[in-house]
Amino acid sequence: MTQPAPSAQHNGPEKGALTGPSDPPSAKTGGARPGLGLRLDVRILSLLGVLAALVLVGGITEPDAFLDTGNLQLILTQASVIGVVTVGMTFVITSGGIDLSVGAMVALASVWATTLATQEYGFAGIAFTAVIVGVAAGLVNGVLIAYGGMVPFIATLAMLASARGLALMITDGKTQIVTVDSVLSLGLPDSYILGVPPLVIMFAAVTVIGWLILNRTTFGRRTVAVGGNAEAARLAGIDVRRQRLYLYVLSGLCCGIAAFMLIVLSGSGQNTNGNLYELDAIAAAIIGGTLLSGGRGTIVGSVLGVLIFTTITNIFALNNLQSDVQQIAKGAIIVAAVLVQRRTLRGADT
Amino acid sequence: MPETSRRGLLFGATALSAGALLTACTSNEPKSAQPAGNSQPAADDKPGKPVTIGFAGPQADHGWLNAINVNAKSRAEKYSEVTLEITEGSNDTAAQIGQVKTLINKKVDVLVILPADGKALTQVGLEAMKAGIPVVNLDRIFASPQAYRCWVGGDNYGMGLNAGHYIGEQLKDKADAKVVELAGIDNLELTKQRSQGFKDALKNYPNIKLVARQAADFTVESGQAKMAQLLQAQKQFDALWNHDDDQGVGALRAIQQAGRDEFIMVGGAGAKSAMDAIKADNSVLKATVLYPPTMAASAIDLARALGQGKGIGGLSEMEIPTSLTLYSAVVTKDNIDQYLPTGFN
Repeated sequence: MTQPAPSAQHNGPEKGALTGPSDPPSAKTGGARPGLGLRLDVRILSLLGVLAALVLVGGITEPDAFLDTGNLQLILTQASVIGVVTVGMTFVITSGGIDLSVGAMVALASVWATTLATQEYGFAGIAFTAVIVGVAAGLVNGVLIAYGGMVPFIATLAMLASARGLALMITDGKTQIVTVDSVLSLGLPDSYILGVPPLVIMFAAVTVIGWLILNRTTFGRRTVAVGGNAEAARLAGIDVRRQRLYLYVLSGLCCGIAAFMLIVLSGSGQNTNGNLYELDAIAAAIIGGTLLSGGRGTIVGSVLGVLIFTTITNIFALNNLQSDVQQIAKGAIIVAAVLVQRRTLRGADT
Repeated sequence: MPETSRRGLLFGATALSAGALLTACTSNEPKSAQPAGNSQPAADDKPGKPVTIGFAGPQADHGWLNAINVNAKSRAEKYSEVTLEITEGSNDTAAQIGQVKTLINKKVDVLVILPADGKALTQVGLEAMKAGIPVVNLDRIFASPQAYRCWVGGDNYGMGLNAGHYIGEQLKDKADAKVVELAGIDNLELTKQRSQGFKDALKNYPNIKLVARQAADFTVESGQAKMAQLLQAQKQFDALWNHDDDQGVGALRAIQQAGRDEFIMVGGAGAKSAMDAIKADNSVLKATVLYPPTMAASAIDLARALGQGKGIGGLSEMEIPTSLTLYSAVVTKDNIDQYLPTGFN
């Protein structure tokens, strides 16, 4: 390995050379160190290695079904919804926070957007409602945490409970089936653009925008700074509270978009939507290399984390593994992926 | 923000007035004949002494469970002398135990309990029985027969069996037929029973092979995801059995997205959306195996009979039976009109 180690170990996203005057001295992590010009750090490389190994396993065990355009489309589509949620989650974790309410926000946004009243307004009504509900829920989280002084864990746990409850109240436990053709057709093969499903394009767009915001804007630098050392960031003139507010709104926005995508995918809204997304999104972000304690985040890593999970699930299903075996294997692979990462990093460090 | 739709208002108003009409009928003319057909209560319908029935069920976060509550309430309303004390549903064992205890303290005459977890609620069932309150155990069964006076519920094994036989009959002339199973939540006992019944039925048809089985979570989202995978894994098969119509909404969506139609699909539970699809006959869904939520109405009938010390009309016994297993009928295009009214949203 060619010495990419220090930045991989402690640093913020690789933006060192771009350090501008607005860059805060994020004390704990040493802030933005000068980059080494290497854009792919070891962590990303090891994730790509894990993904490649999985592709190999899939290709060997089920060559016909796995190595197939339809299957590639399927893996990417299934990664899309949780992927968008994970991008938002990456920002929150990078700032040293956590959002446990993402699954519940997806549920609330999706059932609100699929009520009969909303469906009367067609495509725009559904999309708009989903996004607005997501943003509103995120805003509540943000206000409670940034200005109410609540611990993110507790505030978003409360949102988890109440948003699920509200979703249940709206649906009365029933499945709300979407009858708006323009929404439904977006999930069908006829709408694929050059073989790429629209949901995958949305996922890619959110990823690119998320990457740009985190790595190329003041907003991104402030997010890293707040996560690295909130007090230092405050002294450096960053409005930490407002930054936190924006970050939870951003997470809610991502959940709103994901809810709309889930409506397109499943053709319905149900209060059980987004079940356990919070765990999947946090796991993907952490595996991807975002520090749970804050101060460093990587969108590319998170997306690779999501792809790894989705590919694992895909390979399991193609091989017709039963759910108990699937769960054990998934747990084992998470542990293995993190161990391999740590080993690679330590090796690179010394 | 969605506004209250005119349709919703209209529907609500209609439902309210219908309810009012119904109440008026039953309270003013209790001796008039009950409506015939499916809505016929099982027990003797002459009003007897007043009975207070306590009802404790899990959180209705699923179409079927919601239908259970609706069935229980509407049946209780049919009897002028029955008062229903209904607790807030909860999937938390401790909370549900607390709710049943509250009902015991209120000294209701009979308890109907649909436990979120049958084993975990056994103790409180015993407690009620010891306090002299007979318990009607609905669906998810208590661990001890001492904890209930009567059990009424569905037949999960029979559901799998009947689904298997229906598919077997459809495919009996086809050589090397392939069948796929989309099961429900794998760690539930009922899922194991459904799968076992299905497997046992297929043994009668040596030409049929179960080539793949995946478990989903009873949700639309999981149904879509798991079915999409199954379709990718199995390029061609002849029949699909899906354990649950709610996850079936997602499964049908995945089938539509994959553009597949070479197989027949059989659902489970009896949701209205599934029944509508069977009636319309424009998708792969050709049948659904019932797990009728009307069992909640039957539980109210039995509880009322218990409270009044009666047997069941038409049976020679002086007392109600200790257990009653509902039949898992196969609903197809041929008999759909008969079952459509029991379909739940």
